[in-house]
Formats: sequence, C-alpha cells, structure tokens
Amino acid sequence: MQYAAPTTVDEARSMLADNPGSRVFAGATDVVPQMRSGRPEPSVLVDLKRIDRLMSVAHADGHWTIGAATPTSELTHNGEFAAMFPGISEGAGLIGSDQIQNRSSLGGNLCNGSPAADSVPAMIASEARAVIAGADGERTIPVGDVVTGPGQLSLSDGEFVVEFEIDDAPANTGDAYVRTTPRTEMDIAIVGAAVRVTMDGDTCTDARVVLGAVAPTAVRVPDAEAALVGSSLDDDTLAAVAAAASAAANPINDKRGTVEYRTQVAGVLAKRAAVLAADRAKGMEANS
Amino acid sequence: MSRTHITCTVNGEATDFLANPATSLLDALRDELGLTGAKEGCGTGDCGACSVLMDGKVTCACLVFAPEAEGRDLLTVEGLSSGDGAEGDHLHPLQQTFLEGAALQCGVCTPGFLVAAKALLDNNPDPTETEIRYALAGNLCRCTGYDKIIRSVQEAAVQLRSAT
Repeated sequence: MQYAAPTTVDEARSMLADNPGSRVFAGATDVVPQMRSGRPEPSVLVDLKRIDRLMSVAHADGHWTIGAATPTSELTHNGEFAAMFPGISEGAGLIGSDQIQNRSSLGGNLCNGSPAADSVPAMIASEARAVIAGADGERTIPVGDVVTGPGQLSLSDGEFVVEFEIDDAPANTGDAYVRTTPRTEMDIAIVGAAVRVTMDGDTCTDARVVLGAVAPTAVRVPDAEAALVGSSLDDDTLAAVAAAASAAANPINDKRGTVEYRTQVAGVLAKRAAVLAADRAKGMEANS
Repeated sequence: MSRTHITCTVNGEATDFLANPATSLLDALRDELGLTGAKEGCGTGDCGACSVLMDGKVTCACLVFAPEAEGRDLLTVEGLSSGDGAEGDHLHPLQQTFLEGAALQCGVCTPGFLVAAKALLDNNPDPTETEIRYALAGNLCRCTGYDKIIRSVQEAAVQLRSAT
C-alpha cells in the first residue's frame, strides 16, 4: 500500500483515476479499524487533509461551505455555525471522543455509509448539498442521495466529496438532533432523529423530519412533516408525528436494539426533536 | 515496500524517521523513535491509551498513518516533564498530582490520560467536573474507576492556575 497526500482537488482526481483500487480518507477513524478487521488494503491511500478546500469552513453569500475532511471539532467550536445549525452541530459533536472529534469529518461520517451516522440526518433536514469531484469534473447532489445502503454510495470509482453547501437557515428556524444509545456516551445510535422547523409565531410553516439508524439509509418522513406544517405542535400533532416516524422505521434486529424497541423509540425521538427544534426556532430553548 | 522519510517535531525537537506507509504513528513513535509512553490498548481509537497531541490537538496515534506526521508538531507523554529525568528536572503538575492522588494502578492508560488532560487544560484552565469527564471520555481505565483521575486533574488545574 502506498500513501499519497495531494494538495489540490485536481491532483487528487488524477491520482484516483490513475490508481485503480485506491481509496480516499480523511480522519481514518473508520478506515483504520476496517483495515485492522481484515478489509483489503487499498492500492493507494489518498489523504485528503492537505487540500485546503477540504479543510476549510466558510460563510458567504447566504450559504456555508464546509470542507468534507474538516475535523468535526472545528465545526462544533464554530459559534456562528453552531448557533445557526445547532442540530447539525450536536450531531457532528456526538461522533466519538475528543480524540475522534479532532479527526472525524462530515465527509467521512457520510461516506462511511453507516445508517447510524450521527451528522447525516440533520444535514439532510437542512437540505445540505454534497459537491463531488471525479474524473469528469464536479457535480452537486443532495446529501440524502449519496448513501444508497449500508456502506454503499452512489459515487463512482474515483469520485469523492469535496465539500458541503448548506444554505443559511431562514428566520425563525430551528433544528435539533437527538439519539438514543445503549450507553450514555461513546456509542453508536440505535435510533436518531433530526427535525428542522420554521415557525410563524406558534404555527409551523415548514418542517423536515429525518430518521437515522432505523433503515438501510437515513430516511425522511414526509407524513410527519405534513402533520407538523400548519400546526402549533399540539399533542395531537405530536402523536401524529410519532406515529408517522414509527411507521417509516424499518430497523434491523440486533443485540443493541430490537425491531419493536427501535420502532417505538423512532416515534418518541421524532417528537422530542420536533419540540426542541420548535423551541429553538422561537428562541426559547430551555438552558441545559 | 519502500519506506517513507518523515520529518516532524517531537516534544520540541526536530526529528526524522523512516516508516512504511501502512505503519501507524503509534508504532513509529514506539519502534522507530523509542518513545514507548503511548500504548496500544485497542488499536481502533476506542481506549485512548495512545493519545498524543498533533499540532496541539489530542489524537489517537493508532488512527494516524505515520506519513501523516510530515511537518506536524507532536507531543507525547515523554514531553510533559521538563528535561530528561536528570536531577533538578520536574514532573508536569498533572504527573505529580496523578502520583500523589494515586490516579493509576497498572499504568497502561496513564500516558493517554495525562496527554488528554493536558489538551483540556491548555484550552480550558478552569474546567468543571463535567467538562473534565467529557474531555476524558475517550480514555478508558480498567483499574481506578476514574474518580481519582478526575480529582487529580482538578488539583493540577488549581496548581497550574496559581502558577500563572
């Protein structure tokens, strides 16, 4: 195995095109354990962290641009970003310890392809876009279109995520990500729920509900979104949100959580995330 | 397989070494540079026994490929104390409070805890107990039960604040 550290996107593109079996990496927090557990070594391990574009966070012209390999600790410590997207920030901040946070990235978390990736549901809820570079240039697709199944991506050989674009949240908008894990910290979600709502006074005018860890990919829940829009998040609405989320859940059964448990908790967490997002949208989040 | 020549700073000194691309930074530190303070517990980033600072950020050296260290500034537990053990040298306050507070038993996790605690106190000289517990959540200790470790970090923080 060879190691290469290109310094431009173009250099990385040609390296990947010239070396079949090569693989990009950012923080290696998934790549190393995978190699240690017997996954075949790539021909060339292409380190994306020396490319400035993949390691920067910028806010201009009404949107954020986040380099795909930027450590999540940089994002969670960015006060302006965390204030506008508390849900994305708290999802990204749940990926492991400080040691991991200094290496883990939105690009890695997404492209590892885990249905339980903590930063992904809130990115989808804010309609984040992934800018993808490949042999033919660059293209931009919704983050929700990158992962097609556990460990499976829609990217072709030689393609990699360069950066994410996220439009500024509209006024009176809040997002939230909540999850449940067998342990309280340093664990993988058995259910995650991200909600983003825009409020006009007490009335919800726009909503996105996204579940993680209960289907082969993160999934949006249109029925829950429809229930929220036009409501004041009253008890009947929240019951409908929970029912829609549980209906959308199609989880696996394993020692970490049964199908019944994950299905029920998907509803509970969707409801909690909706309430928290609405409180944030109205600027009345309880101080924790 | 050709070995890569890597130049970096380790514990304040310009250093270079050779390593295979697939070698972890942890193995390079231990086997090429003789710095055996950082330990391999799990090898998958779960236990924190291999914690080092890379450009001031706490990182699991087992998850870093050795060539990634090119041009980086590394700090291992060996760099915490002043000098190299001669008379008149002194331990870092964290090392001293860990000793006095009996914050270790077998000691395998201790270098990682010391480095992670230094990273915390460098950025947050007066952390709450909760902040300390979160900052050390990536370090596992199977002997002490953590309480003595937390108390020792709190005491070191007091000493470091009064020293500045």
